Amino acid sequence: MLSDLSGWAIAAVTVLGVLSVASGIAVFVVDSMARATFALLGSFLAVAGVLLALDLVYLAVVTALMMTIEMAIMVVFMLMFMMNPAGLMPMTMVHNARGSAVLGAGAFVVLVLGIWLIDWPTRDVSRPPDSTRQLGEAIMGSHMLVMLLIGIALFATILAGTVLATARGRYDRFGSGLDAQQPADPVPGGLPR
Amino acid sequence: MTSELVLQLLLTVAAALVGVGLYGALSQQSIVMVMMGLELVLGGVLLAGGAAWFFLAPELPDAQMLVVVALVVMAVEMAMGFAVTIAIYRARQVDMVDMATDLSG
Repeated sequence: MLSDLSGWAIAAVTVLGVLSVASGIAVFVVDSMARATFALLGSFLAVAGVLLALDLVYLAVVTALMMTIEMAIMVVFMLMFMMNPAGLMPMTMVHNARGSAVLGAGAFVVLVLGIWLIDWPTRDVSRPPDSTRQLGEAIMGSHMLVMLLIGIALFATILAGTVLATARGRYDRFGSGLDAQQPADPVPGGLPR
Repeated sequence: MTSELVLQLLLTVAAALVGVGLYGALSQQSIVMVMMGLELVLGGVLLAGGAAWFFLAPELPDAQMLVVVALVVMAVEMAMGFAVTIAIYRARQVDMVDMATDLSG
């Protein structure tokens, strides 16, 4: 069965696929941490482009928007926490590079063997006229449980992230037994318990 | 090109992303760079999910749901990773995984 993708779409998917892998490799090759972040963004935008060519318009747009914002935040974290954010001097910060490369290449080889040895099913499939509508109806219908669990997980993430990132919690203010009469605030006047 | 060949090529690209990401997550010392490796692995999952939907089962929404779940996992990983990075740096100025081996057996 000939592919449902047009010749242009196949060419675009091929170029974007190569671009995504090349950008992914560049993440761990370039010296500058800011450049590494933008290389990762390039990789994700290429993946979003492939999704777009595969008719998954909504997921492609969500991926592109989410990753652009995420990488913009990540650049800030890179500048805060990395000792060489601008890459002004060449440096590598790796441990067990050889073992990691063997494991990464091994995972790739195992996956590729499976991909090329499996006899993939070829059948005449009926495409939905609108993939976004199909996803929306699944979220609000047959796959609602997935969305319920996702919602709970995201809410738990908000709480846990806030708790972890808070500089001074109630134990810092009222002691380990929470029994201090006055909160130990750097500037007095904080709210009592 | 047959659709099977295009599917296999796309899955190979996804496998390459997983392999590169695995290398990065295992080899990098900076906590933020480890997170970038994990993101690359999840990028491979996104690509494979999209390809599986288009070529194998476009009449079902399951592969699209898998992509949505992978996107959510990315967001959760990023948020919790940054929160842990801030917490451990604030507690004792640790910004590399080699300095945070408290749980190593």
